[in-house]
Amino acid sequence: MNILRKALILVVPVMFLAGCASAPTDTTDEGLGTDSSIESSGTETGFGTTSGSDDSGSSAQAMGLSGSSDISSSAFSLDDSDPANLLNKRVIYFDFDRSKVKSEYEEIIAAHATYLANNPGARVRLEGHADERGSREYNIGLGERRGNSVARHLGLQGAARNQLDVISYGEERPVALGHDEESWALNRRVEIVYTKQK
Amino acid sequence: MLKVILRHLLLLMVCVGSSAQAVLTIEITQGVKGAMPIAVVPFGWEGPLHKPPVDIAEIVTADLHRSGRFSPLPEYDMLARPTDPSKVNFQNWRTLGVESLVVGKIRATTNNQYIVQFVLFDVFRSTQITGQTFHVGKVSDLRKTAHQVSDIIYEALLGERGAFDTRIAYVTQSRGPSGKPRYSLQVADADGHGPQAILNSSEPLMSPSWSPDGKKLAYVSFEGGRPAIYTQDVRLGKREKISGFRGINGAPAWSPDGTRLALVLSRDGSPDIYVMNLLNKKLTRLTRSYGIDTEPVWTPRGDAIVFTSDRGGKPQLYKVTLAGRQVQRLTFEGEYNARAALSPDGRLVAMVHGSGNRYRIAVMDLENGAMQVLTDTSLDESPSFAPNGSMIIYATESRNKGVLSAVSVDGRVRQRLVLQEGDAREPVWAPYVR
Repeated sequence: MNILRKALILVVPVMFLAGCASAPTDTTDEGLGTDSSIESSGTETGFGTTSGSDDSGSSAQAMGLSGSSDISSSAFSLDDSDPANLLNKRVIYFDFDRSKVKSEYEEIIAAHATYLANNPGARVRLEGHADERGSREYNIGLGERRGNSVARHLGLQGAARNQLDVISYGEERPVALGHDEESWALNRRVEIVYTKQK
Repeated sequence: MLKVILRHLLLLMVCVGSSAQAVLTIEITQGVKGAMPIAVVPFGWEGPLHKPPVDIAEIVTADLHRSGRFSPLPEYDMLARPTDPSKVNFQNWRTLGVESLVVGKIRATTNNQYIVQFVLFDVFRSTQITGQTFHVGKVSDLRKTAHQVSDIIYEALLGERGAFDTRIAYVTQSRGPSGKPRYSLQVADADGHGPQAILNSSEPLMSPSWSPDGKKLAYVSFEGGRPAIYTQDVRLGKREKISGFRGINGAPAWSPDGTRLALVLSRDGSPDIYVMNLLNKKLTRLTRSYGIDTEPVWTPRGDAIVFTSDRGGKPQLYKVTLAGRQVQRLTFEGEYNARAALSPDGRLVAMVHGSGNRYRIAVMDLENGAMQVLTDTSLDESPSFAPNGSMIIYATESRNKGVLSAVSVDGRVRQRLVLQEGDAREPVWAPYVR
């Protein structure tokens, strides 16, 4: 019951956002004579959308889920035997300039690995991020290393390699916009995004 | 000083009217003592029509001022405003302590074109140093003419080529009406005027790099949901996808002869430096390390690449030769040195130099290894040399905004270019257009 309610809460904003994503946007030229404006493509715009606060990670992933497939609420019941809460935790945080997964996140990763092992059709995208300090391309490298680190842990615990996709956004997509230790800590992260549930 | 700011504000409003996008303004945050006193008299106008809306003397004054090498006399301190070389009273200018004087005029021709003439005088010797006549086809080219005048004055008085008639590219991020991030690749004059977005996207844009002829930009775009490298003709807008491998496609850098592109790929494991032949798209792998190798830049001779690597634990700068793939570590001072930029003569390397929580721009002399920190802010990144090597433009953070700044290579003069809306980042100074 509880799970069903959660699913509804997640699905409703998703429909709204999906509508936004497919609506025509204003990204075409602004009378500057540019030939090559990019239209937001619609197909993948739902993925990895992040916003505001600490727990926004999980709502962002919910968008990805529903945006990508026609899920009914039963499909979202990622788990019916486990305490589902762990599967809803989908952000792993890191220390500065480090990519080692801290022991406090092992339980969460194990839960996702188990789910992936039990659902061979499921796919996740591991989005690696860095804080704003230092250079941007080095931070792209760092974000990828963090994503790979989470992928390795998931693999060791049962996820198949073809279920895992790593992409690094470096410092380009912060969730916290401050220029302080607190914001930096929130931005050094890997987001686990389900692109296919089963 | 206040007057200079006010003038910029006026220019700003003009620009806002013409293009709704962002406009940069310049504040000089630190000047130099001993800058050369010069006066640029407002240019005369001879023509049947309205005066053109471009004030050449004002643009030249601003150019010379922000180079830090000149101290222009404010217009209100001028005792006379001659526009004809024969009407100059040198004694007037000597009294004011002015060493060099510029007078000029603009004339309209019958077919709506302009003739711009100026003369540069040595005030103490009462002699002409140089002068030139320009035929200008349209009003919108008058700003360019003004920058050319600045370049001629700069070179005549300092003996080195000016870089006023050049351009910069940079990335901006703002929020659209729906709150969605919006990334743009902008091209503007070196003084920040006339920015034009050559690409808009809802996904991140990164790492612009100019082709050596100044006609194209290479950059990273996440538009397909993954990073890919594109090149784009700046004038025509025509673009080509160059690299879209699995994993990272990053940090493109054109070779000095324009035939190759250095780039970073992680398709074979960790990020490494590759070189792509742009004619046949063939890839050569240059580095192999378990660490992050990234941010390649070519030496001016094109025989080696300087890059960032954390193979030693922390990011430091290294150099690899193309022929033998010999790798040599370049930086040892400080715990974090990344994102190299090489001066046009190849003698200096600028970098992001981090210690503690401060990331500042430093330059190192490659001959003797001497390192100098040039900035005193704390989130500085992406240094890029002016094509004459006199200034370094970089990005920093000020009052919660990403702003562009420029600093002279000796660290004595700094200026800030503040964007009206959104954040500016990753500035790259275009080469001289051949």
